Amino acid sequence: MKFTRLVALLTVSVLGFSLSDAQLKLNGAGATFPYVIYSKWFDVYHQKTGIEFNYQSIGSGGGIKQVIEGTIDFGASDGPMTPEQLNEAATKQGTEVLHIPTVMGAVVLTYNLPGVGQGLKLTPDVLADIYLGQITTWNDPKLTSLNPGMNLPSQQILVAHRSDGSGTTFIFTDYLTKVSKMWEEKVRRGTSVNWPVGLGGKGNEGVSGLVKQTPGSIGYVELAYAVKNNLPYAKLRNKAGSFVEPKLESVTAAAAGAAKNMPADLRVSITNADGKDSYPICGFTWLLVYKHMRDKSKGAALVKFLRWAMTDGQSYAKGLLYAPLPKQVVSLCEAKIRQVTF
Amino acid sequence: MLVETPEGEISPAVGASRGVTSRASALKASPKRNLGDVVFKYTTLVFAVVVLFLILLMAYEMYADSKPSILKFGWGFLTGTTWDPVQENYGALPFVFGTIVSSFLALLIALPLSLGIAVFLSEMAPSWLERPLSFLIELLAGIPSIVYGLWGIFVLVPWVRTSIEPLLSGHLGFLPIFRGAPYGFGMLAAGLILFVMILPIVASISRDVLKAVPQSQREASLAIGATKWESIRLILKDAKSGILGACLLGLGRAIGETMAVTMVIGNTPAISASLFDPGYTMASVIANEFTEATTSMHISALFEIALLLFLITIIVNMFARLLVWSATRRKL
Amino acid sequence: MKAAFAPSLRYYRRKLTGGLMLTLSALSAVVALIPLLLIFFYTISQGFDYLNLDFFIKMPKPVGEMGGGMANAIVGTLVLVATGSVIGLPIGILTGIYLAEFGHNKFASTVRFMTEVLSGVPSIVAGVVAYGFVVIPMRHFSALAGGVALAVLMIPTVTRTTEEMIRLVPQSYREAGLALGIPQWKTTIQIVLRTAFRGIVTGILLAVARIAGETAPLLFTALGNRFWSTALDQPMASLTAFIYDYAKSPFEDWNKQAWTAALVLIILISILSLLLRVATRSRYTQR
Repeated sequence: MKFTRLVALLTVSVLGFSLSDAQLKLNGAGATFPYVIYSKWFDVYHQKTGIEFNYQSIGSGGGIKQVIEGTIDFGASDGPMTPEQLNEAATKQGTEVLHIPTVMGAVVLTYNLPGVGQGLKLTPDVLADIYLGQITTWNDPKLTSLNPGMNLPSQQILVAHRSDGSGTTFIFTDYLTKVSKMWEEKVRRGTSVNWPVGLGGKGNEGVSGLVKQTPGSIGYVELAYAVKNNLPYAKLRNKAGSFVEPKLESVTAAAAGAAKNMPADLRVSITNADGKDSYPICGFTWLLVYKHMRDKSKGAALVKFLRWAMTDGQSYAKGLLYAPLPKQVVSLCEAKIRQVTF
Repeated sequence: MLVETPEGEISPAVGASRGVTSRASALKASPKRNLGDVVFKYTTLVFAVVVLFLILLMAYEMYADSKPSILKFGWGFLTGTTWDPVQENYGALPFVFGTIVSSFLALLIALPLSLGIAVFLSEMAPSWLERPLSFLIELLAGIPSIVYGLWGIFVLVPWVRTSIEPLLSGHLGFLPIFRGAPYGFGMLAAGLILFVMILPIVASISRDVLKAVPQSQREASLAIGATKWESIRLILKDAKSGILGACLLGLGRAIGETMAVTMVIGNTPAISASLFDPGYTMASVIANEFTEATTSMHISALFEIALLLFLITIIVNMFARLLVWSATRRKL
Repeated sequence: MKAAFAPSLRYYRRKLTGGLMLTLSALSAVVALIPLLLIFFYTISQGFDYLNLDFFIKMPKPVGEMGGGMANAIVGTLVLVATGSVIGLPIGILTGIYLAEFGHNKFASTVRFMTEVLSGVPSIVAGVVAYGFVVIPMRHFSALAGGVALAVLMIPTVTRTTEEMIRLVPQSYREAGLALGIPQWKTTIQIVLRTAFRGIVTGILLAVARIAGETAPLLFTALGNRFWSTALDQPMASLTAFIYDYAKSPFEDWNKQAWTAALVLIILISILSLLLRVATRSRYTQR
């Protein structure tokens, strides 16, 4: 009967599929913030060595959770793991989780205002007020006084934020907590917070997609996402009082101070940094790596990749609008990488 | 010509004369026959047990995983409006609200249209038109929900934002349900996309229910002088419970729908009177937050929402099938 | 005696109302078709641009770079559907047989009820369950987990259709088989099942077409894969997951590829349905 033949073919092919081929494959998941450069790195590395690093950008929250559960070989996050999360990971997986910084990026405020160009000026309190729902229209006096030359419409401000657990959110809310008392009381920092207003988009991709498609909207995304989609972004007034554009140089300036005082576990926040050239909302992004890798070949491959990322990998950063790590941080990372056993 | 049986060859007459007319007597007829039958029966039984076991296991896992949340929040979970992962305070009301509002909005729009379609297909259309039309409508039902979501983001939402919402707020903006900024994304878009998704279900089943009403009813009403429409009205009255069942089935689908809704509803746990505002449904919050809920209370809260969703869908589906089953069985 | 037909005003009003309502009904049928046509129109027109050989044989490119294809996603969807079917179809069909042939007791009623319950499981919940049962113990996202989630969604449809179709087979067929001395189990398989075959296949078709278009249950089971993979113990790409990722991204190139993926998915589902119909074309005419 033709049907039984079909069934047999189906079963055999499924069984045939189940044989993994000899290619070394590692699975990682996490932050959408560095997805642009990670996907480039893994593609280049695959062409160089044939090893497949399958990275899924499900958000930093997802990366942290799956690292704790042990369903992936490595994770990625731009919000450092909390002590509770680190403990849980150590208990469940029997090994510590190391944070290895890879690149730095800027969280920019991108907006969609036809007729208004690049470089809208924002101050910390105005930004906090927008995200708290206190400023609701674009032509609010607080905004027009900052931007006299710009033709701000009377439209309502459509706020966009992340709907998933996000390191980008962590960096952004970390900054807002530092600069706004009301934010600190009402919302505070986290990868997932109770947003007073706004629409949720999934991933950096989702938020930039939302802003791109919705006139009158504003959202926070990693610099690469704004630039790659020709979306304008705002100038922010930093701690020292100057309006800084989020360029790679301003990110590096922000990290300069932090590089000298890195804590041992390399988890540090560089938001609202000192220095007149620093962009106030920047952050490191980390790869979450198990200190002891169960699988020998995977462990060796991962370590090799990390070393490559610290050296050759850094050369891709600028082109993709991420800031490469300062030299001191790179040496600290290499020391950390040496701690990985397998 | 001899007939072969497990006991050997016998003549057909003997076999028939054994009075093998019922399963019971067949089983009693010969002990050797039992082995194949027994094996067959128990093999299928095993699989039936597997299904039962599967469901019980699922229900148990969902209950066990949501227990911490149930214990902590109690009934307050259903009335709480805060969803705060930082403070670990979870309340499901915004999601329940979002699910119910978007689904009922979809049903509200779908019902009159579906009835119109059902009446047209069952009472008015000639068969050369009815068959391809029915086929086309059922084709709609087969489109994957992610494709609806895709269409929703790039076609429906911009249309809602630029045409529908300004139109509604311009003319009916005094109503609280049409206030607010035209995001495009939001409850209205979600309701509209769900309406397109449940339309084929409600329409096809209503058509089947109408067809199941005996022809004699139509003939009787026409015979005493009713117009065609009045006759149809009577048929509709007759088919009321079946049509209600069709609605409930459509509602059940709308409640459980995840992807298409997540892509257009705006993913904001807020309860708002306005349809223009973004919202959140139970299915969407699970899809968005499940892979990343790191604290056990967060996961537990999500499992509780899954359990709630599961229970609501079961109840709605149960009622629906009961009503539809009783309405379509009449023809036989 | 000639009876004069002298219609009153009321008669005309009734006729008018009737005509109006009937016109509205016809109109609603037209209106219902509009979204259908729109969706097909958009999918075809938007997806057509990228529907070239590259799409089918090339792998996805890194974020932001133009070009690339979805070869891995197409194969991934096929593998996931096949895995789900291999798990779900035997369970569904055999349970359906049990319920139809032996299902006259309390246990069977419970199973029947539970199958109804299972049919109400939202697809996202199936994914959640498969995550707990397969991903966590395996410590791996995998195509197998995705297949399990899909199987859970298939089983109720297949069971119900199988049972209904078998019940429709007239009792006289069974009695004829038994009268000829064929053992009951052979009767069921060779006579009853063969008769109900086309109906059962329709049920299978429906279930397979449904799971081919599922996304939610794959989100936390098969996860996704940027590389070529057919292994069951590795994460797997799928057309639906790619559509989801690409649609909500801001990259126009990816948005266009999402439309093409949607087009390919719909074509794929249609081909699956057609293939099954052809392969099971009965040599015996059914009455």
